[in-house]
Amino acid sequence: MKPAHGVWALILFLIIAHQDIWFWDDTTLVFGFLPVALAYHACISLAAAFTWYLATRFCWPSDQAPSAQGRDTA
Amino acid sequence: MTQLLIIIGYLFLLLLLGIGASRLFRGTSQDYMLASHSIGPFLLLMSIFGTTMTAFALVGSTGESFKEGVGVYGMLASSSGIIHSLCFLLLGVKVWELGRKYEYRTQVQFFRDRLESRWIGVILFPVLVGLVIPYLLIGVMASGTVINKVTAGSIRDGRVVGGTFEEGTFPQFLEQGKKPQSEEPANFIYGSQGGVPKPLASLAICGIVLIYVFLGGMRGTTWANTFQTLVFMVLGIVTFVVIAWQLGGQESFWTSLQTASSSIPIEKLTRIHIPPEKFLTYMFVPLSVGMFPHLFQHWLTARSAESFKLPIVAHPLFIAIVWVPCVLIGAWATSDLITIPPPVAANPNAVLPFLVKQLAGPVLGGLLTAGILAAIMSSLDSQFLCLGTMFTEDVVRPLCGQRSLSDRQQLLVARLFIIGIVALTYGLSLFEPRRVFTLGVWCFSGFSSLFPLILAALYWPRLTKAGAYACVLAAAGSWLWLFRASEFAAQPNFTVNIPVPITLDGDGYWQLMPVAAMIACSTVAMVCVSVVTKPPSDATVAKFFPKNGS
Repeated sequence: MKPAHGVWALILFLIIAHQDIWFWDDTTLVFGFLPVALAYHACISLAAAFTWYLATRFCWPSDQAPSAQGRDTA
Repeated sequence: MTQLLIIIGYLFLLLLLGIGASRLFRGTSQDYMLASHSIGPFLLLMSIFGTTMTAFALVGSTGESFKEGVGVYGMLASSSGIIHSLCFLLLGVKVWELGRKYEYRTQVQFFRDRLESRWIGVILFPVLVGLVIPYLLIGVMASGTVINKVTAGSIRDGRVVGGTFEEGTFPQFLEQGKKPQSEEPANFIYGSQGGVPKPLASLAICGIVLIYVFLGGMRGTTWANTFQTLVFMVLGIVTFVVIAWQLGGQESFWTSLQTASSSIPIEKLTRIHIPPEKFLTYMFVPLSVGMFPHLFQHWLTARSAESFKLPIVAHPLFIAIVWVPCVLIGAWATSDLITIPPPVAANPNAVLPFLVKQLAGPVLGGLLTAGILAAIMSSLDSQFLCLGTMFTEDVVRPLCGQRSLSDRQQLLVARLFIIGIVALTYGLSLFEPRRVFTLGVWCFSGFSSLFPLILAALYWPRLTKAGAYACVLAAAGSWLWLFRASEFAAQPNFTVNIPVPITLDGDGYWQLMPVAAMIACSTVAMVCVSVVTKPPSDATVAKFFPKNGS
């Protein structure tokens, strides 16, 4: 399997994992202060950042070189 | 008065930034609208993030969590972390490449070429502008509410105590609030309550944003967005720490956090009142970024395709940094640790400013308010600029035909249209307010319903002109139909209910977000009409879908 296919599979997994019906009525407070519904979805955000990092490495849609026309800013 | 002075100081700083950016302005319409394609990864990240995170993110998320509980984060924030970056990767980079190659400045210019249709702008322009206006309204309304709440006093024994101004300081017509369930005319006690009246505060914010957009154009907007995004992220975290500590009331921050969260009522701690299918279909709402005209314009400012990598990766992290604290604060406000007065509880937009006012000292309260305003203004500026650009490029220039406008005339037209739009939005903001979150979801749903169009335009060569028209008309028609059915956003929990034999919660219905129905309508219309109408010419297909190596 090509790395790009793995990344797209990971993105699909994230979308499925986002539908966490298993935590729907769970009142657990993670670390005593973070409701589990919130903690789980904060972890989804972290996982999304990592997945998108992989996507920029293995699924980059452009082969354009940086342009020299605009003046560089930050 | 301290809070007001700090807010005024912050607004003055922004004006200075606008003046500073205007010194870098190259005087051309290209620079005014697209910063001469010079924006690198960091500024692109900050400007894109600042633009997408508006009053909706701070004031709206806290208010919605107060009403609906912590499930709000999953409904919009974590899904946005996935979907927004997906749009930046699949659409943003491709749009940038085509925009650079064929010198597009607006969506309509791209669609006009791609669809071989000179008149696509006639239906697309009003639809896009019509959807941006509620988005603008969110910011204008929220800025007025925020400034008013932090400068207002409280009602004790039928009198206003601790306000910044005395009764009679402002003319009667600026006092907008009425006693709940009463036919009495608006008055001081339920209106400004000794704070800056909302209409005046909103007007001041519109004026400030207008000035720095005027002076600096896209470059000034990008710099201001970056500055404001940094301000609201840092001050957002400070707000969280201060409110947690004050609400929890313990010696250590950690135990205060635990005390505050352990007081959240069970219904706000879980999602028992949110149908799973509604949660699922909320995931369609963030697709709206694919069709935001102001984001399209920001994408075109990038120096290179590589500039997109940092925004794509960091966007979900930044969303978590802003939304997790806001959602927790909203849930804490439902606990018995603090009493939210009925007028504030009736207007969820006012929950965050109320907590800031109650729990932070005047200096910190002023700084935190500046942070909230920063989030609001960092979206307003891009939207104002974008509308000016669209009017000039999509309406005036095609109408002028051969009698092309000079660069100076284009700038003038863009600026005049911006003034007109600001005046219109401000006028609309004076009417009965809606929940920021509800209004935002309707506005985003409209843009999401056009998402199939941009996706097909970039990845489906068979998309035809007629298919595109059908898509836009189906999207607009279904949006109007459902918006009317929701009594123009007066029903905040409006869903499209489809009877089915089996559901997870056993209510016999799938309760879908209206956006799901809109996307289904626009997609079916686009695909069906495209496959039965004449395909685009070979030249157009070759232009937009070049084979590898050509």
